[in-house]
Amino acid sequence: MRIVPFLVCAVVTTGLVIALNMRLKIGGKEAPAFGSFLSPQHGFWQNAESVNTDYSADLKFPQLNGKVNVYLDERLVPHIFAEQENDAYFVQGYLHARFRLWQMEFQTYAASGRLSEILGGSDPRILDVDRMMRRLGMVYGAERSLEEMEKDGVTKKACDAYTSGVNAYIETLTESKLPLEYKLLGYAPEKWTNLKTALFLKYMSLDLAGHDDDFEMTNAKSFFNAEDFEKLYPAIQDSLDPIIPRGTAFAEQKVMPKAPASADSLYFNIKPVPVKETQKPDRENGSNNWAVSGKKTKSGAPILCNDPHLGLNFPSVWYELQISTPAFNAYGASFPGAPGVIIGFNDSCAFGFTNGGRDVRDYYEIKFKDDTRREYLFNGEWRQSKFRIDTIKIKGRKDFIDSVAYVQLGNDWCPVMYDKTYSGGRNNSDKYYAVRWKAHDASNELKIFSMLNRAKNYSDYQAAVTNLHTPGQNCAFACKNGDIAIRTQGEWPAKWKGQGDFVMPGTDTSYLWQGMIPQDEVPFQYNPERGFISSANQKPVDEAYPYYLGRNYPLYRGITINKRLTAMNGITVDDMKALQTDNYNMLAQMILPLLLKNLKEGDLNADEKKYADLLKGWDLRNDVGSKGATVFEVFWKNLADTIYEDEYAKAPKLTILPFESTLAEGLLKDSAYKYVDNISTPQKETLADDVTAAFKKTSVELNKASANGKLEWDKYKATMIRHLLRIPGLSRLNLPIGGGVHNINAAKDVHGPSWRMIVQLSAQTEAWGIYPGGQNGNPGSKFYDTFVDQWAAGKYYPLWMMTRGEEKDKRVKWVMNFSK
Amino acid sequence: MKFFVSLILTAFLSFAACLYLPWWSIAIVAFLIAALIPQRPGWAFLTGFIALFLLWGGMSFWLSSRNDHILAQKIAAVLGIGNSYLLIALTALIAGLVAGFAALTGSFLRARKG
Repeated sequence: MRIVPFLVCAVVTTGLVIALNMRLKIGGKEAPAFGSFLSPQHGFWQNAESVNTDYSADLKFPQLNGKVNVYLDERLVPHIFAEQENDAYFVQGYLHARFRLWQMEFQTYAASGRLSEILGGSDPRILDVDRMMRRLGMVYGAERSLEEMEKDGVTKKACDAYTSGVNAYIETLTESKLPLEYKLLGYAPEKWTNLKTALFLKYMSLDLAGHDDDFEMTNAKSFFNAEDFEKLYPAIQDSLDPIIPRGTAFAEQKVMPKAPASADSLYFNIKPVPVKETQKPDRENGSNNWAVSGKKTKSGAPILCNDPHLGLNFPSVWYELQISTPAFNAYGASFPGAPGVIIGFNDSCAFGFTNGGRDVRDYYEIKFKDDTRREYLFNGEWRQSKFRIDTIKIKGRKDFIDSVAYVQLGNDWCPVMYDKTYSGGRNNSDKYYAVRWKAHDASNELKIFSMLNRAKNYSDYQAAVTNLHTPGQNCAFACKNGDIAIRTQGEWPAKWKGQGDFVMPGTDTSYLWQGMIPQDEVPFQYNPERGFISSANQKPVDEAYPYYLGRNYPLYRGITINKRLTAMNGITVDDMKALQTDNYNMLAQMILPLLLKNLKEGDLNADEKKYADLLKGWDLRNDVGSKGATVFEVFWKNLADTIYEDEYAKAPKLTILPFESTLAEGLLKDSAYKYVDNISTPQKETLADDVTAAFKKTSVELNKASANGKLEWDKYKATMIRHLLRIPGLSRLNLPIGGGVHNINAAKDVHGPSWRMIVQLSAQTEAWGIYPGGQNGNPGSKFYDTFVDQWAAGKYYPLWMMTRGEEKDKRVKWVMNFSK
Repeated sequence: MKFFVSLILTAFLSFAACLYLPWWSIAIVAFLIAALIPQRPGWAFLTGFIALFLLWGGMSFWLSSRNDHILAQKIAAVLGIGNSYLLIALTALIAGLVAGFAALTGSFLRARKG
């Protein structure tokens, strides 16, 4: 034996193995351990799924009670036929896990504030997000909802079967079969639980009903005088075309919320707060839905359309499927993470949702006796708070312990989200703010889907959707018997005017929510005279509705949809496709003539003139390739900056600019709009001055865009579908798609129509749909992004409601048989 | 002859070991084969290197081809490696080096001085 070379080589070999087993930092980013990651038998090569993969299988699970046949079609959409309903949920869980396990788990990690566990602590924002989730009470809300869900025998059985199906798949996993992302990040899946399903639903609640501007509005209120504040943040929009048409009579008001006597001095005369949130749900989490009655369609059958706008991610938040059981037969988009069909149709009717978007998240300033937060002042006495101690595990570092005080406000225990240890990443404040969020309340949202999946008529639909508390949704409905309906459903706090717009005093009962709007006062429409129902997140009702609904609602998509539907007759499915993907810009139609009239063309140089000509020749459509659309969008943004810059120059940093509709309506009402004057100059500016100055700024920006070849609207906007880990290599960037925030086709940069669906309820249902993604969440599958290009092009797939007897149809590519 | 027998045994047993054991079992296999079938150190290194270079390179090429290189292109982009063939080459090289050095170590266990 040659000792020295032996030892040297042994050390080199061991060193190599150890180095290849470590997650090294490369270019500041943690890379996967190369040894196992590159091993063809363990690592990512195993995820390089054959393009000819055979998905057929015969699987046996003792958890099943009967047989389940799954027919996978050419788009990898499963058609699940189960002898027993709960077996269908078992198989749904199995398939969700088979194709989407990583995303399901990742979303529940995010919801429960556990991202640090898998992503580590190198980016401090991750811990901040984790703390935010926990302090907002996401887990608290999920636990309460789970209790409610498990009280209901039907929901409990469905969830148990679903969970069992997910776990049945997880148990088959070996290191080599783990989804790619686990290998990239270096961890393994946990067992699924019903709590994870509840957490996923809270994740959606946060996205849809978690938005608030309370701190920003508080600061704006403290800075501007009352008259300016009303002008900048009006509660009324002149051009509003509400979901429930103007002039509708409403039920008599039964809950009478009263503003406390101290409101004027204590609340509306508020001081600024130096607190900021780190991450907020997208303000434009909007959506469109509408249904037209048979008298407006060519076929004589109603048509329902829905396109929920959500963050555009890989893998998609939706997974398409059909579930057929002896009790019901439903097709549509499901949430990986929850049982049932969420947006879809059955043999009798179709259903779809848009976000209600009301403010159901309010803050109360709490007075603690001392820094221990053990006692808080409420109704004149010191009361005991409770604590929730959170241990946040951080990969590669020691645990972070966070303690959150809970105080009882009225009947509700609320987390004191912001305190001396946490003010959302900004400088510390001495104040304590508890959050009262509707999503903390126990409710069973899964019940509505279980009931909708089997709904046969309007009364079934009504009985189903009234179970929806949070996130409140505008629920559209159409039925083969010709009925159409919409309900602005939710359990909404009955507020006095201005309640919850700003942070509120939390030392007594006077500022608490005084009750919920009774369900029989929730506005709805059933077979309206005009022959259609629609919603696009606009304010649901006009000023005749007795309850206060807040200030901020998107305006323009709703106007376009209602105008177009009013004018249309003899409607076909193709008309609906064209409408759902329409890029017409209603805001531009309204405001552009005024802007062009005020543009001082004599002051423009050659470049600016060129852009002005583009704008004048523009067809008001945000289409692919449109340069005029880019000019308008950049111009409009610059105009808002030019007009408001001076007024907000000295405002608290954390504030909010007026909504776009406020500026547009302000200018249209009065071209001598108060804020066009620049208060920091001695002379008096006019609208023409501002418009021209803004256009000059626009031209500079456009020159830059043009130099980068990004003058066309789709290139400028650069819509992308991002992988949940934000890895560009696993994302699809720069998609050729038009549209934008004020278009029906609301495709923005990272946000847009997440599932387009059109269902014509003729004798033989005709349904079309598409989502930006693919059925297989594995980036190594050819089904990972199958639908993306078609989606961007505004195309649809026929949705096949398969029936027994069609097993031999050529669309069936693979069969999975599940049995005991 | 020894070279070819060692090469085939190393590749085959590495494949078998990786069905049940972690990836670094290739080092153990290469070490053992080199220790059991004595060769001069240079030949031993080549045996281990070539066996695993071909095994991992071949397997990853086969997996990637069936996949139309969909995933390899994405991972190459994620890791900042030019293209899928370079990624296959990197995979083969890593395995070759580990097995080569392991075999070299094994050969020194048996090699006589002088």
